[in-house]
Formats: sequence, structure tokens, C-alpha cells
Amino acid sequence: MENKIMISGFGGQGVMLIGQLLGYTAKDVDKKSTFYPAYGPEQRGGTANCTIVISDNEIGSPVPTKIDTLMALNQPSIDKYLDKIKSGGTLIINSNHVKQKVDRNDISIYEVPADDLARELGFAKAANMVMLGAYAEANNILTQEQILSTLKVQLARKAEFFDLNKAAIVKGSETIKNQVGEGF
Amino acid sequence: MEKIYSRTSTVLPKSSGFCPGCLHGTAHSILGKVIEEEGLREETIGILPIGCSTLGAFYWDLDVVGSAHGRAPAVATGVKRCNPNNTVFTYQGDGDLASIGLSEIIHAANRGENFTSIFVNNNIYGMTGGQAAPTTLIGQKSTTTPFGRSVEKDGYPMDMCNIISQLKAPVYVARFSLDTPKNIIAAKKGIQKAIRLQNSGKGFTFIEIMSNCPTNWGMSAVQSIKWMQENSLKEYPLGIFVDKYKEEF
Amino acid sequence: MKGNEAIAEAALRAGCRFFAGYPITPQNEIPEYMSKKIHEVGGTFVQGESEIASVNMIYGAAATGTRAMTSSSSPGISLKAEGISYLAAAKLPSVIVSVMRGGPGLGSIQPAQQDYLQATKAMGNGGFKLIVLAPATIQESVDLTYKAFELADRDRNPVVVLTDGVTGSMMEPVVLPSMIQVDKADKKWAVSGAMGRDKNFIAGTAGIHPEQQEEDNIKSKELYERWQREDVRVEEFMTGDADIVIAAYGITARIAKSAIKQLREQGIKIGLIRPITVSPFPYENFKNLDPNKVKKVIVVEMSIPSQMIDDVRLGLEGNIPTETFGRSGGVVISDDEIVDYVKRSLDKGGDK
Repeated sequence: MENKIMISGFGGQGVMLIGQLLGYTAKDVDKKSTFYPAYGPEQRGGTANCTIVISDNEIGSPVPTKIDTLMALNQPSIDKYLDKIKSGGTLIINSNHVKQKVDRNDISIYEVPADDLARELGFAKAANMVMLGAYAEANNILTQEQILSTLKVQLARKAEFFDLNKAAIVKGSETIKNQVGEGF
Repeated sequence: MEKIYSRTSTVLPKSSGFCPGCLHGTAHSILGKVIEEEGLREETIGILPIGCSTLGAFYWDLDVVGSAHGRAPAVATGVKRCNPNNTVFTYQGDGDLASIGLSEIIHAANRGENFTSIFVNNNIYGMTGGQAAPTTLIGQKSTTTPFGRSVEKDGYPMDMCNIISQLKAPVYVARFSLDTPKNIIAAKKGIQKAIRLQNSGKGFTFIEIMSNCPTNWGMSAVQSIKWMQENSLKEYPLGIFVDKYKEEF
Repeated sequence: MKGNEAIAEAALRAGCRFFAGYPITPQNEIPEYMSKKIHEVGGTFVQGESEIASVNMIYGAAATGTRAMTSSSSPGISLKAEGISYLAAAKLPSVIVSVMRGGPGLGSIQPAQQDYLQATKAMGNGGFKLIVLAPATIQESVDLTYKAFELADRDRNPVVVLTDGVTGSMMEPVVLPSMIQVDKADKKWAVSGAMGRDKNFIAGTAGIHPEQQEEDNIKSKELYERWQREDVRVEEFMTGDADIVIAAYGITARIAKSAIKQLREQGIKIGLIRPITVSPFPYENFKNLDPNKVKKVIVVEMSIPSQMIDDVRLGLEGNIPTETFGRSGGVVISDDEIVDYVKRSLDKGGDK
């Protein structure tokens, strides 16, 4: 079993953090994983994306051409990477930043108003965690429990943040439960 | 209504890649204005370094030469010696001028090369992600001084105005800051003086401009101004170090 | 761990106790990691004022018998050329990590493989050679960096770990080796104060007289020939029944494996020869390919023009035709592109 995920947004949205978390989670459940970040030269505001491959077998390219899941945190990410998603794959959109209709009918599309949901929790910066929660529900290789378990270990020295991040993840998952991926 | 003030035409009206709150924007703006006001837009050649200032290649509406890391003063020497009638400036950051390029700036200054060196000092490396610079303050944390700069391991912050002013050739060496409108205006006046000295063939001019780096200092833009005032400006006092033409310009 | 950090950690475990380097993307994690960790093992980190200063600092450290390392990327490696030549001439064990990015010149900050010729043929003046290790995974980055220090001490020569911005910045689970203890007093040639012994002189040259220099060059030649016999490392993947063979190293070889798996699923008999030492180069593996079976060798590389092609051709001795395919300038090659190229190349039938 293999899952190729790309997370894309602008610098400062916390794209790398959630990508790394997926990599750590995979390691913790004895799967192979690779995490590959890519940036523009600007320190802030430029593009940021990462590609995560999770597999039971040896991983070849850490930057596959076709991916199973795209998590798009802003509009330019959709413009650039929509075509990379395999037929039958998944697209998770941060609907606070992505307004245009997506022109594909062969993939599952989930819309998550991640910024709004994060603000409701009182922590606007946790929008990325909400998106991660959405992925936890929408994918078939890692579970929400596994991700939360790894998050707890990663936040061991900042335990006070765990509850907030957990709430964001749970919120993201709930949002997906209420949607059946459009396009099918 | 009459337009009495506008952005300088020397800097293109693009949205910039500098971080929110970065004073590079202000530095570009005042340097650009001086060039415009002196009527020099079409005669100026800018020499850009490696660092955040390299992004200036997209914003300056001037002839620009990109140089290797630290080598801008050497490149400027080549340009100005061949084209003495052009106004030539170099625009460098801490790593470019005070670290890898220390030899080049000292020797260009020492030879009295007739260009203007603009040195933007924000005590850190910006573009590469926050490593220590020779100008980093004692105790200041960076990605390569994770426990804070220590005198025993890393020596003292480097005072470039002081060092350059020890040489006999430079004709104007001064340090300004961009933390307040008053200081910004003074900086612009200083740049203007330096450019006028250059264009009268008087010799090497050096302008150090204290600036910020909210991103790599790990603080907000507003906090960074306060930090400058409480820290960097105390380490690097503003002032005129050398002025051989006090009266004329 | 992140590739660059894994390299730094492997170096520490191999006994590296001095590191000097200068910030340049995409290898900043190496000096940053060292600045945090090397003192925990009693070592020293210095952020050199430039790449030139940094390589000269490790020259000094190595002269004391300390295991020393520097790292940089492309234009920074160019700056080190004189220093590396001095290290070779002075016979100083040292490790140089080259994390390749687009070029030439400032290039792009994105990953590439455009320093193959620089690393394997001309790290500096004088015609000296270095063992150049090219990891394809983070685990290999760890294992080969660890090995590099041993080889450097064995041969009294600098060793290069040649990697790229993908392997450097990606993350993967790794198994780390155990910490070695190294005593610099074991190196009798090192400088330490000539108490009770004749003086040691570490010279950045074999001698001022041409005859001395020549004698030393001849000894070097013998060393390099020994490497070619004993130190070649290479991986052959699915070459047993292959009609086509891809030649690739580092990250490109890893990506090519994905392409090969896809092509095999479509019934195409394709394999890979992956040099792990790009110097000494595995000429024999190419020489041993059966021209009656293998129709062509395609060099796939993140460099245009291809740089490894010359070594591949040398190995093939004209027996099998070659083609090259790659991306360049910091564009990371994809498995799909490799699949497409191979299929088009097969359709064409004809070859270069």
C-alpha cells in the first residue's frame, strides 16, 4: 500500500509542519516514508509545498509526478498542482483561500474552511492542523489515532499545545465526515 | 489636486518579496529617491550582492550588475574605473560585506575607489535563514549560535564604520538607521551627500544603515523596531565617522 | 532525519571533531546542526567568514590529526578549489560534503547534479583525484559519510560526499551507527609540538623541486590505481535480463528505480547500474554488459549536458550505444519523464 501526498500553500501557513507529522506518523507505525520540502527564495510569502510518500515497500522517487492526495491551502496551489492528482485521487481544499470552482470530476473533492474553523477554536494559526485532520479522515493509510499519538510525542516538551492542536485536527476530521467527496 | 509627493520612479511599482516589515523596502525607497532627485536614474549602475538585496534586481529600474557573494566592491571597481561618468553604488548586507567580502570592501575603500558603498546591517543572515553574521550581537541567538553569540567562541560584533574610517582614503563614512521617520530622513540626506561626493570625484563613500530582520530575529515587525532601538543601535551608535567635506556638501 | 542533518550526525559518530563552513542553500542544516551538537562530543564548530576560510580552517584542523569536515554547495565548492588542492597535496585526511544545486554561477537554489565533473575530475588544480561517494538515500548518506572518514584516514587524502538538494532536504527514517573514538595521537605525521621527536612539516605541496613533485605524483597515481581495483562500489538493479540499462547515480538513480518498476510492469526489460563511488568509477560493470543482450545504455542525470556520459562511454569501450536524458538547472527529474523517454527511445529503435 502506498500513498503520495502533496501539501501546498504559501510560506508561513505551516505546510511543512503537517507534512513532517505525516512522515513521523508513518515511521511510528513502521511504514516507510519520505518527506520532501520545496520553497521559493523569499523568507516569507513565497510558495511552499512538500511531498510525502508513505509506503509499505521501499520508496523510489520522493517527488512522484502523480500523487494520490493534494492538500491545497491557497489558490495558486490548485492552479499549479491540480493535474498531478491521479484519477480517483483526493483533493482537500482550504475553502477560505480557494474560491474558484475546481474543474475535475474524476477525483474526490473536500472543502474545508480551515481558517474559520481554526479561528472558532481561538487559534487562527491552527488552520494547517484542521487540514491535517481532514486528511486523517479522508485517507486510507493512516488513522487519526495514529496521527494524534505521534503528535503527542512530538509535542512532548510543549504539552500545553497538544489539546489545541488535537481539537483542530478533530474539527478537520468532522468536517470531512459530513461531506461525501464530490465528483463521484 | 497637485501631486507633491510620490513613490520614487527608480524603484518599480511591484509587490516585493521582502518580508512584511522589512526595512530593505525603506532603504531601497530612499536610495531610489536620491537617485531620482539628483537626476541620475539613467546614469546609475547598481551592484547587487548575494542576499535578500539580490531581490532588488527585480525592483530597481536601473542598470544593475549582480555580483558573486562578497565581491561587489571589486565588481564596482571594475565598473567605475571603466565608466567613471556613471554613478555607481554597491548595496550589501552583513554576510556579503563583513564576512566573505571583508577583504574586498577594505581594499576598495583603501584604494579610494570612487563609488558609494551602502551597507545594510541587520545583525543576521536573512536569505539563508538566520545564521550568525559578524555583526551579530553578543548573546544574540541565531541558527549557528543557537546558545547566543559568545565572546570566547565568536568574538565581538564588527563595527564596519569604525574599521573603514581607520583607512586614510575614504571621504565620507557614516552610520544611519531606519527605525524612525527622523532617522530615515537623516539617512536619505547622508546618501545624498555620498552620491554628490561621488559625482564630484571626491572618492570612496560608505553609508552603513541599521536595519531589521523580523523573520529571522523571530519577532513581529513592530517588536523588531523596538529591539533595534534597545539593542543594535546601542551596539552601533549612529553618527558621522569621517567627513572630509563638511562645508561644501 | 533530514538528509543534511543525518550527514552531520554520521560525521560526529565517525569521530569528526572539527567543522567549519559558511551558509549557502541547500546545505545550511549541516553547519547549523554542527553548531548545536559538536560541542557535546568535545568538538569545535566555526562559521568561517567564507568558504575559502572554512576549507583552510579544516586544513589546519586536519594537520593536527583531528577528523575534520567542511560542507558547501556548487559555487561554494568552487571557492574551495585551492584549499582542496592543498589538502590533497599535504595529504590531509578530511571530508568535503558537496550538496549540489543548479549551475553554473550562482545557479538556482534547487537541486541538481551539475557538479559531477567538478567533483570527480577537477576539485582543484594539479590533477589530483579523490574518492567521491554518491549516496542515493538518507541511509546511504549516513553510511557513506561514516565510511568517508575511515577512507580519508586510510589514504591520507580528502574524500568527497557528493549529494544533492533533494537528498539533503528530504526526511526519512534512518538507523545511525555507533560512536567511534579516534585518537589523533595515533597520527604520527600530525603536528602537535615536536616534543621528543623530529619535527613534522605539513606542506601544501610535495616539494619545491620538480623531481620531488613528480615522485609524489607517481605515488598518487599508484594510489588511484589501487582504488580502481579495490574501492569501487556499485549497485546493479534488475540488470540480469535487461535489454536496456539506465546509468544513474544519487537521487536520480532512486527516482529511476520508480520508473524501472513501472516499465517492468509494462513488460520492458530494463535495469539500472548505479555507481555508488563515482570516483573510482565502476568501468568494469559497463564493460561486462553483453552487447548481444543490452541494446543501449541511457545515462539519466539531473544535468544538461550530461556529465557522467564520458565515464559511461569509457566503460562501454564503444560496444554498446548510449543516449542521455535529463533535467537541469534545479529542475528535479520525475519518474514519469523517465518512463516516457524510455518508451519513446524504444519506439525510435535507432540510437546515438
